Amino acid sequence: MNLNLLSWIIFLPIIGIIVIAVLPKPGQKTVKWIALSFALASFLISIAMFWMFDRSGSAIGHMQFEEKIAWIPAINAYYHLGVDGLSIPLVILMTFLGVVSVLVSWKIQLRPKEYFIWILLLESSILGVFCSLDLVLFFLFWELELIPMYFLISIWGSGRKEYAANKYLIYTLVGSSFMLAGILSTYFITHTFDLTALAGISITSSFIPLTVLFFLLIVGFAIKLPVFPLHTWLPDAHTNAPTAASVILAGALLKMGGYGMIRLCVSMLPQIAVQYAPVMCTLAVIGVVYGAAVTMRQTDLKRLIAYSSVSHMGYVLLGIFALNQVSLAGASLQMFSHGVITGLLFAMVGLVYDKTHTRDLNNLSGLARQMPIIVVVFSIAGLASLGLPGTVGFIAEFITFAGSFASITIAGMKIFTLIAVTGVVVTAGYMLWMLQRVFYGYPLDKYNGVKDADAVEMISTFSFVAVIMAVGIYPAVLTNVINMGVAPIARLIGM
Amino acid sequence: MLIDEMKYITPEISLLCFALLIVVVDLFVTRKGVLPILSVIGALVAAFFTVGLWGNGGISAFNNMIAIDQFGLFFKLLILASLVLVVMASNKYVLKFEKFQGEYYAVLMLSAIGLMLLVSAVNLITIYVSLELSSISLYALVSFLKDKTSSEAGLKYLILGAVASAILLYGMALTFGLTGSTGLTAIADYFRTSPVVGAVSSPLLLTGLVLIIAGFGFKIASVPFQLWVPDVYEGAPTPITAYLSVASKAAGFAVITRILMTAFGQPDWLHAEWAIIIAVLAALTMTVGNVTALVQTNIKRLFGYSSIAQAGYLMVGLAAMGMAMEGNADIRSGIIFFLFSYALTNLGAFIAIIAISNKINSDQIADYTGMGKRSPLLAGALTLFLVSLTGLPPTAGLIAKIYIFNGAVDQGLLWLVVIAVINSVISAFYYFRVVKIMWMGEPASQDKVTSSWPEWTALAVCCVMVVVIGVAPGAFVGLTQAAVKMFGI
Repeated sequence: MNLNLLSWIIFLPIIGIIVIAVLPKPGQKTVKWIALSFALASFLISIAMFWMFDRSGSAIGHMQFEEKIAWIPAINAYYHLGVDGLSIPLVILMTFLGVVSVLVSWKIQLRPKEYFIWILLLESSILGVFCSLDLVLFFLFWELELIPMYFLISIWGSGRKEYAANKYLIYTLVGSSFMLAGILSTYFITHTFDLTALAGISITSSFIPLTVLFFLLIVGFAIKLPVFPLHTWLPDAHTNAPTAASVILAGALLKMGGYGMIRLCVSMLPQIAVQYAPVMCTLAVIGVVYGAAVTMRQTDLKRLIAYSSVSHMGYVLLGIFALNQVSLAGASLQMFSHGVITGLLFAMVGLVYDKTHTRDLNNLSGLARQMPIIVVVFSIAGLASLGLPGTVGFIAEFITFAGSFASITIAGMKIFTLIAVTGVVVTAGYMLWMLQRVFYGYPLDKYNGVKDADAVEMISTFSFVAVIMAVGIYPAVLTNVINMGVAPIARLIGM
Repeated sequence: MLIDEMKYITPEISLLCFALLIVVVDLFVTRKGVLPILSVIGALVAAFFTVGLWGNGGISAFNNMIAIDQFGLFFKLLILASLVLVVMASNKYVLKFEKFQGEYYAVLMLSAIGLMLLVSAVNLITIYVSLELSSISLYALVSFLKDKTSSEAGLKYLILGAVASAILLYGMALTFGLTGSTGLTAIADYFRTSPVVGAVSSPLLLTGLVLIIAGFGFKIASVPFQLWVPDVYEGAPTPITAYLSVASKAAGFAVITRILMTAFGQPDWLHAEWAIIIAVLAALTMTVGNVTALVQTNIKRLFGYSSIAQAGYLMVGLAAMGMAMEGNADIRSGIIFFLFSYALTNLGAFIAIIAISNKINSDQIADYTGMGKRSPLLAGALTLFLVSLTGLPPTAGLIAKIYIFNGAVDQGLLWLVVIAVINSVISAFYYFRVVKIMWMGEPASQDKVTSSWPEWTALAVCCVMVVVIGVAPGAFVGLTQAAVKMFGI
């Protein structure tokens, strides 16, 4: 039985784009309902797929829901899709964010037709990255994502939007151009673009040093994740992007970097990864501490959340390059957790901005009186972000640190972990301080008239809360699957 | 028999008949709208004959003067296709000429005949003669607007073109002096049995080879022979700029590929030596093209520099072809594929530019502000082509770049590919600047920009092809693989 579920998940948003595009002068209402229904269909299929996912021991190390068709025979490229335990949580994360990002944009009035086309295209391309098992296809989707994000930031953004969009474009292109060189070199060493075949074969090459290959591949992912010192595009892009784009950017797009590192760099070149893990872990720790410290000083709400992302993605990098099965699972879960939590935080910032027309912490105070529902949800997101038990944030950080602390593959992991844990403390500091400044204190008269969240906003934000709580209370729903995905990779490293 | 072999040049003969017919019809007909229709019919008839010859792969005619092979036939079709698209894009633009509309189409077709002969020529003399036929027609076409910039462009093109022709001819003469033959296969035979090893040990060969590469370097706009490009592109009538940047450049690449592969393709020391020259020129060409493009304010000049940069990427393919010891058919098909997708993309972009400039009468990039509001379709199409030129999905440009860089990495030219991909990043900067200006910012006027139906048709063809090749390149790769078959190899 082959229903081509993955193709449906990826291409339903594209069908939605075609429907929107051919409609002559559709109203804003029509467009958003079409976008919502296609995003929702994609989400429901991905849930069905998650339910049908084979969790038995014999499925470990195998791709599921595979599709393989010859695509460009001349260079041996296939249209090859498939998911395993590593990618399926990210697929669900993206389809979920696809639905809520349409809901978050429910009130958009500026050029709605184009706006929803770009949102759907963004969703398709990110899904394509997570599902591709062919390097050419992977690269194609990887590059495709640039175009919608560029337009979303530069047309619907705010502030220095054109500068931010250009910076994003150039940073990503620099990374992906090195990646292209890396992918082509891989092809000439191994004569295949097939990711399943590439994982675990021992690569030897007289052609270029494997270290060079490793760094060619990782630069693109490091920019995306982002890894200190390549993170400077992120605050600009986030701050100036429209809310839905920020949600997807923080929620799913950054995860392409972490996913790529695990799938390409660690799986293909485990020995090089072990060799350079101390370097990467050092960068991770710098990212965690520096990101958290810079976050403290932010006065723009969006910029604050953006810098907190730099810090939190440091955990992911640490988990990946601790190169231990538990830490890898932790990193994968941290990607999912950061996706929903920061997605929610950006959605909440967007709501606060919509109501009060400011993101400046110095102009906000005592909003708890005026918008009680928003306060509750925002606080849940903030507490989840600092790792409160009962939320997915706690589970993810706990597994990551437990794994990296116990790792014996890399020397000195205990020290790295101990330094990184201080990030959690600082996170608690800036999150609570931010919540206090925005929501508590004296209510300002100028915000007396502001409305609380309406029905659509409640649906989108409460669904985030549901996911955060559900996985936080019963993490096995994801960790079982993730473990299946990282077990074969951990075996490659020999741990 | 000579007369029997006439059938091999039926495409050129039929096109010539139509060119002459147009001149005659122009004298008696007052409604000039019939002229482009006749030109399109002429090109289609020639294309029909060309397709008919496809099965005859790999023979030569007229005492080894002309080859009938898939390689040449493919490029003939490409030239005819760009002729059709350029004619369709010219139908409103020619109203600027007042007089000589018939001559415009006729001379355009004559230059196409020259290019078609050029891509199938296998003798240095035929190559030179057909090159001159196309060049002289193009000198006239470039100065067709007869205003200050157009005349200056024409004169510049003529003088520099004449110098390049002289250089080329000198190179050919030296090669003839060394090998005693002008036929490409005969030259190859000489090298196969030659006592010479290494071009450095034979000053005659070295000079001849370098001069030939320099002569064609002018045609394909490679550094350091690119200086004419921006001025000529800016001054020429825009459809002719499109034609120069596509048909003329494709033919230039076809003939240099053929000469290098057929005459200088063996033995191994020989092709490895010209590969190094080309690789260095490729690195310079793309870097100079991209960096200079960053500061352009005129869209035609921007595309001039962009076409220099694209020629640089193609030369990466040429260099890889020279590096390959054997089995370089894949690399050759990569070059053909790149030319094919570049031709569609660049023509499409120029058609959009022509349509826009017909309305706003300006080629300044600043005047494109808010074009997304004034004509979403034209701006959308131009955006698609710019995305393709940058090499992003889902367009032909990405697949073409992967294909050609693939071959280069395979031949150990990783350093050159790294330079090329860094150049792609630089190019994103100026391509997206145009995109940004079109979609952001308020338009200077609320007038809608529309276009005529031939332009819409041509534009639609280019858009669809660029996306189809970008998403499902399989069939086109198959076509370009069939087109690598070259006489004499």
